[in-house]
Amino acid sequence: MFDAARLSEILHVHAGREGPLLPILHDVQAEFGHIPDAALDPIAGALRLSRAEVAGVVGFYHDFRAAPAGRHVIKLCRAEACQAMGGAGVQVRLEAALGQRLGETKNGVTLEAVYCLGLCANAPAAMVDDRLVGRLDGAAVDALVAEVSA
Amino acid sequence: MKIWVPMDAAARACGADAVATEIAAEAERRGIAVQIIRNGSRGMLWLEPLVEIETPAGRMAFGPMTPADVAGLFEAPDTHPNAQGLTEEIAFFKRQTRLTFARCGLIDPLDLDAYEAQGGLAGLRAALARDPEAVVDEIAASGLRGRGGAGFPTGIKWRTVLHAKATPKYIVCNADEGDSGSFADRMLMEGDPFCLIEGMTIAALATGATRGFVYIRSEYPDAIRQMRAAVEIATLAGVIGPSIMGHPQGFDLEIRVGAGAYVCGEETSLLNSLEGKRGVVRAKPPLPALEGFMGCPTVVNNVLSLAAVPWIMAHGAQAYHDIGVGRSRGTIPLQIAGNVRFGGLFETGFGITLGEIVTVIGGGTASGRPVKAVQVGGPLGAYHPVSDFGLPFCYEEFAGQGGLVGHAGLVVHDAGADMLGLARFAMQFCAVESCGKCTPCRIGAVRGVETLDRVAAGDASALPLLEDLCNTMKLGSLCALGGFTPYPVLSALRHFPEEFTPVQEAAE
Repeated sequence: MFDAARLSEILHVHAGREGPLLPILHDVQAEFGHIPDAALDPIAGALRLSRAEVAGVVGFYHDFRAAPAGRHVIKLCRAEACQAMGGAGVQVRLEAALGQRLGETKNGVTLEAVYCLGLCANAPAAMVDDRLVGRLDGAAVDALVAEVSA
Repeated sequence: MKIWVPMDAAARACGADAVATEIAAEAERRGIAVQIIRNGSRGMLWLEPLVEIETPAGRMAFGPMTPADVAGLFEAPDTHPNAQGLTEEIAFFKRQTRLTFARCGLIDPLDLDAYEAQGGLAGLRAALARDPEAVVDEIAASGLRGRGGAGFPTGIKWRTVLHAKATPKYIVCNADEGDSGSFADRMLMEGDPFCLIEGMTIAALATGATRGFVYIRSEYPDAIRQMRAAVEIATLAGVIGPSIMGHPQGFDLEIRVGAGAYVCGEETSLLNSLEGKRGVVRAKPPLPALEGFMGCPTVVNNVLSLAAVPWIMAHGAQAYHDIGVGRSRGTIPLQIAGNVRFGGLFETGFGITLGEIVTVIGGGTASGRPVKAVQVGGPLGAYHPVSDFGLPFCYEEFAGQGGLVGHAGLVVHDAGADMLGLARFAMQFCAVESCGKCTPCRIGAVRGVETLDRVAAGDASALPLLEDLCNTMKLGSLCALGGFTPYPVLSALRHFPEEFTPVQEAAE
């Protein structure tokens, strides 16, 4: 839940920093799971920016969420190196097993695409919450689905 | 007994943590005292997790390891099914010229004493003993060019910042390594973070900069953690901070995290992002060297450019310049990836041919099928067919062939690659990642996807339109995102035209 006092603390930590908006937004998302709409005005006020400017920054970057993600987040790499190693097949299997498409949140699981995790010689790769997984094959996908569905 | 188990993200993604845990447990069961060192990766990524054991002859390699293979390490290591012999005798490793990556995988990345014992800080000491102009001269004479992809001479950039009148000055390290097929920045930050810090500190001395930032993409949590820890250690040790090892000049370094925008790898968009703005590209001039972060003189260099600097200062510009060919001097850390048998990081002098990289060093495809195309230089790089395999790996030679060296990532595709699909992906990626500042990129990429869909549907009249659109994007875009997206598209079209022509109906 959004907590104005907690937001003030975050803003206070970053006071005086050069270019503090991204670090602030990262902290806000780490705290609340997304960037709550109610946080925009206080952030804008603290940084002497317009609300539109803060909203524009939030909207520009793929990382910042308007709504909280599921309990588990699977980011499947869909970039070229993973495509060369059968990434499309991994996507099909993952979507079928979870019953959801890339970009959807269902049953507490968020499934989304990411473009490169830097595991290009160990492809196909994914990030499950904070854990990286390389050399994804059918068995690894099934294990991963069992893990997030538990 | 000393055992090394990498903490590199690629090794961890393949189970290195479980292997390390099992080694500790097995040693305890057997009552053997082991010291487990979590090192960086040696770069032989097909062997990860690659475990090394200290022997009188040198470090012995075992890989790829699983927890089930651990017990064997304590029984008969010589006949272990995963034994690879002495690490540094493995052909892939032995034939490299490892300057930038010399320490990566060798030591505990956060052990500053080990760093120094392996030649670390020698470059910084050499820089401290000279005046800024002499340091800039040394880097210029080495022939080092920007390793992020643009290939701009590093010495010239530094000289512009040195002579800029405004203060404060900044050193910004571009660690927004978003290109698919690239992982050298990540490996270096995880495996030898002090090397990057040392290179940035030398840049600070050379230009009079007092503050620095490393802008790391958020997709690299391990590298972020490692760099933050290394900055703290280096600051406590007095390498950086209020004084650079006792020098009157100080240098404060901060790690900043991106937020998932590919375009922020472009230097001006990165600067906007650092300032807390949308990562929109700025028109040049003014050059960032004169008006960069907060409008102040700023060096923006890639991780690999900065990490090459300590070696150059320690060994001299000539030694670096002696390696390489033509106007491509020194070494390039190649990243061999995708559908390839021996994928990994291979640092070598410029001039090696594309074919040697892919077929000899990389061992051909992982699938065993013939190589169809190799994309060099990330999502904005060209697809090279096998007929390009004689091409020497150099900036000018690749540019002459309608390609680019980029950040030196190579993604190998086997015979199953769908070139029209890959061309469409390039346009789609550009459409998703465009910052929206310039029209050719913002609108062109969307039209590009539509035009390729018409081609796929059998509309041959869409092809001239596609070429025309690519030309507009190439010449009219503000930065490399829109400007280079035509490279993969047009190279796929040029080399694999049969995949872009309407399929003949069987009845005809």
